[in-house]
Amino acid sequence: MPNSKYLIFLGCAIPYRVSAYELSARKVLSKLGVELVEMPEFNCCGLPLDPVSHETMLILAARNIALAEQQGLNILTLCPGCAGTLKKVNKILKEDKALKEQINGHLKESGLEVKGTIEAKHLLQVLKDDVGVDNIKKAVVKPLTMLKVAEHNGCHILRPKEYIGFDDPEDPQTLKTLVEATGATCLDYMDETECCGAPSVGVSDKVALQLARDKLSHVKQVDAQALITICPFCHIMYDTNELRIEKMFQEAYGIPILHYPQLLGLALGMTPEELAFNELRVSTKKLLEQFNEGAK
Amino acid sequence: MAENASTIKDTTKDPIKASELDPKFKYKIMKMHGGEKLLKCFQCGTCTSDCPVARYSDSYRPRTLLHMARLGLKDRVLKSDTLWLCAACFTCTDRCPQGVEVASVIRVLRNLAAEEGIVPQVFKDQCASVLESGYAYKIPDLRLRKREPLGLPPLPKGDPESIKKSLKGVSFMKHVENKGESDAKQ
Repeated sequence: MPNSKYLIFLGCAIPYRVSAYELSARKVLSKLGVELVEMPEFNCCGLPLDPVSHETMLILAARNIALAEQQGLNILTLCPGCAGTLKKVNKILKEDKALKEQINGHLKESGLEVKGTIEAKHLLQVLKDDVGVDNIKKAVVKPLTMLKVAEHNGCHILRPKEYIGFDDPEDPQTLKTLVEATGATCLDYMDETECCGAPSVGVSDKVALQLARDKLSHVKQVDAQALITICPFCHIMYDTNELRIEKMFQEAYGIPILHYPQLLGLALGMTPEELAFNELRVSTKKLLEQFNEGAK
Repeated sequence: MAENASTIKDTTKDPIKASELDPKFKYKIMKMHGGEKLLKCFQCGTCTSDCPVARYSDSYRPRTLLHMARLGLKDRVLKSDTLWLCAACFTCTDRCPQGVEVASVIRVLRNLAAEEGIVPQVFKDQCASVLESGYAYKIPDLRLRKREPLGLPPLPKGDPESIKKSLKGVSFMKHVENKGESDAKQ
């Protein structure tokens, strides 16, 4: 098993609302030989503030990069928004010397400086590049052959392509491959790469929930037993809001929404309790019954 | 704000007066990071036809916003109730045949609106929270206390003083600082 070491960057949404994701990701990564070092005094990646002030976003992202450079370690994030922002700003500052100087001017008073020596990666990329799909397959002790699930990548793990670039936004394969490495079948469905709507929450809940509803109905159409996410915001959109959407549109979905490390964790032999299944809003009872039966 | 976008008077349909046009507006946008390629837009409509938000909004149209910006309809575009609906999914950016980086131009327009104080409350709250704690959301104490029993390490503490120092001189901050004070009184 490869041994790689990363600073873990939690961002805001995960500690705020999605601890099941953090918990299951830490357990799975540890089992797969990825060592996580806690990141000191980091701050918001900057993405939420890009709409109001690009400069603020650049400074906040640069602070995190500078803090990681002091530790001499690459960053691993669980949130595609954080990964995308840190990747993008890292690339921009490496290429634009004048901008780097301007941003470093802001950081100087706190004794920080971006030099351009580290990288930021999302969990998915670490699993693909560092751990490798073959090693994941080798680590599987309970293949999930009894499960048929659908995957949802979300936007920021793929777009804008110029800055992310490890998968094709029009036909992404990484998450599918990783889902199938657990032994589960990963189903195709309509509009797989569509946005979940989360960024529009608070500006127009109506538009946001309609987007999420479309996705849930397409996933239901192919009879997926669960939807697999890798983004805290997408997860909140589907899991936390599923009941709200059902009520609003008078439809029943009953689709459990799992964080990818929860699915992988089951295949690696961890229990649903260890993987914080009880933190999920939509009941996973039926799914787990299927799993227990298949595992016998 | 744009929650009721469809019920608010749609000013885009009012006749345009020559006096409304600011011929320099497009150059201002093009000087900003992300807005450089505005003039490459040839109005093909790929952005709007592929936009997930446009599908559910009666009035949010990226192509229209870009055209208004090019014409110099500064007030209309910055005060547009739909400007803040963009989900920043970057589909328009990736598919634009002209490489305009549509989502970035829309972000530039939002930044300019914010400079004039036109900002949905949700963004002011997030910024105030970053200044206070380092995080965009105030993480509830209950969540922090729950980490240990769950077996999670304590959450790293932000360094608000250092963040404030770094953001000194950023013009958007003036809108947030006022908000921060009113928040503290509650």
